[in-house]
Amino acid sequence: MIVVGISAFYHDSAAVLLRDGDIVAAAQEERFTRTKHDPEFPINALRYCLDAAGVTAEQVDCVAFYDKPFLKFERLMETYLAFAPRGFASFRMALPLWLREKLFLKDLLVRRLKGLSKSVPWDDKLVFGEHHLSHAASAFYPSPFDEAAVLTLDGVGEWATSSLAIGSGQKLAIHQELHFPHSLGLLYSAFTYYTGFKVNSGEYKLMGLAPYGEPRYAKEIRQHLIDIKDDGSFRLDLAYFDYCTGLTMTNDRFAALFGGPARKPEELLTQRHMDLAASVQEVTEEVMLKLARSAAAQTRLKNLCLAGGVALNCVANGKVLRDGAFDNIWIQPASGDAGGALGAALNAYHGFLDRPRIPSNGRDRMQGSYLGPSFAQSDIEARLAGAGAVYEVMNDDELFAEASRTLAEGCAMGWFQGRMEFGPRALGGRSILGDPRSPTMQSVLNLKVKYRESFRPFAPSVLREDVADWFELDTDSPYMLLVAGVTPSRRLAMTEEQQKLFGIEKLNVPRSQIPAVTHIDYSARIQTVHGDTNPRYHRLLTEFKRRTGCPVLVNTSFNVRGEPIVCLPEDAFRCFMGSEIEILVVGNCLLRKESQNPALRLDYKGAFAPD
Amino acid sequence: MSFLKEFWKFLRVRKKFWLAPILIIMVILGGLIVLAQGSAVAPFIYTLF
Repeated sequence: MIVVGISAFYHDSAAVLLRDGDIVAAAQEERFTRTKHDPEFPINALRYCLDAAGVTAEQVDCVAFYDKPFLKFERLMETYLAFAPRGFASFRMALPLWLREKLFLKDLLVRRLKGLSKSVPWDDKLVFGEHHLSHAASAFYPSPFDEAAVLTLDGVGEWATSSLAIGSGQKLAIHQELHFPHSLGLLYSAFTYYTGFKVNSGEYKLMGLAPYGEPRYAKEIRQHLIDIKDDGSFRLDLAYFDYCTGLTMTNDRFAALFGGPARKPEELLTQRHMDLAASVQEVTEEVMLKLARSAAAQTRLKNLCLAGGVALNCVANGKVLRDGAFDNIWIQPASGDAGGALGAALNAYHGFLDRPRIPSNGRDRMQGSYLGPSFAQSDIEARLAGAGAVYEVMNDDELFAEASRTLAEGCAMGWFQGRMEFGPRALGGRSILGDPRSPTMQSVLNLKVKYRESFRPFAPSVLREDVADWFELDTDSPYMLLVAGVTPSRRLAMTEEQQKLFGIEKLNVPRSQIPAVTHIDYSARIQTVHGDTNPRYHRLLTEFKRRTGCPVLVNTSFNVRGEPIVCLPEDAFRCFMGSEIEILVVGNCLLRKESQNPALRLDYKGAFAPD
Repeated sequence: MSFLKEFWKFLRVRKKFWLAPILIIMVILGGLIVLAQGSAVAPFIYTLF
């Protein structure tokens, strides 16, 4: 049985294909169209999924969409009614959009699906799943647990903004929901907007900024913006927000409370912005911890699954894990809306079609999230040659020796191997790698390779078997969704003078043996690398450890700021030629920057709209 | 036609008949806005719309 899942028309469109419940392929549309967070119908991703599974459109049994447009329309209309006549400006913009296409989403989907095949009766195959049930399904069904509590938190779906579901075997049902406009995701997004970052993508930057600040505004947030109950449920005071009626997240009252207007994008970041980031992060963590404790008390289950955009807040996830309300936590790596496509498909398969769940045997079913396109060596060589690249083909022994040697010398390396990752994180399939021991690697990668803000931290990949030697963590974290401290014995003490430094000034002080991946508060967003899910990346780390004694590498996504992560070998070559990456490894091809035709150099700085 | 049928079913399941007359007026108002303007511009914030 072939089931396809689709998320589209909001942001991060994606397609997923299941064969008899197994996840065969999954990809985001942005990787193919090269438009970050592309919201269009994922026709390219869908074609890839069918190709990867070796099936035709005629063989698809069911197509599941990840939310219910009528319910969303109901929420919109009731919100406009509740606030009328305020909100007319927003109404005037939203209504045409809905009347033109979103209200007739089923017809729109059928029209787009006819692009795959005109003869298939797509109307009869389409099913719609609720947004938060899709998130919950994406977290529970692929998890290694037979029974689990499932928390989903995001901006908003139809009505729900957070939910608690219980999954048991094949069954999954939502038990509690918090409804719009009271939303933890939207509270976080309000601060994202207010501190000058882009809503829907800048939340990650705000989280990275938080450790530079002090939570000086947490009291104001709790006093004025959010009323948090003991069970983690909450109400927002909407007098401070604009998102129900206006076109921005916050209003003048919000600005007055926090002492000034919203920061404009690219304006200088000050200590105040860092303090605001630290404050909303603290409040978010409090809500998540209380929700997790209350879920544990209510369900008496030992396992927790998390999904929804807020579950990408790996700092909060790390605290939920350490809090110990649950023995085990599993987080869907594609926790944002892209993952909704997976949840919709799984929910259709196990729920709507009533098919049994395959026993987990203790391993999750995401296959390391390596679910995207891959390329045979001959194809890679043809594609690179077509792009004008000069490369050496090496056998594995030569390749790993040379790659680990150049990394140890401090080179920034593009690493393109096997299947592309599904979800926002690069996990060693489409990554830029560096030596974490280098005190300059963090700023070099930020400013010369990724062309992004200097404050942003980098994440470490570490051999699973060595994680406890280097970090305060001894559990699997294959998807880079848990944050933990660098182990105290690896930290470097700061002098009294260095202790007095504030904010970003502290960044230049090496704080551990792996300074490039040690954030200002000694934390790190850890990816454990496993031999069974990514043997080539595991081997590279093993070689690097043999050479240097360090089983850790800096791992950042293979793109520049504003660019979707590379998908094809040609994308990788272009990014290599447009940035200061020195070495590129694609399959068994190794490319050195100095060997390339200088006429092929590209100017990637400013080539993409800042995210 | 199938859209109207489905929408009617939706109102029945959600027990939101009271919403129907308001929706009709809002849809007419929205229709006028659509006719009055050339293209629909998506607001930039979250998936509220």
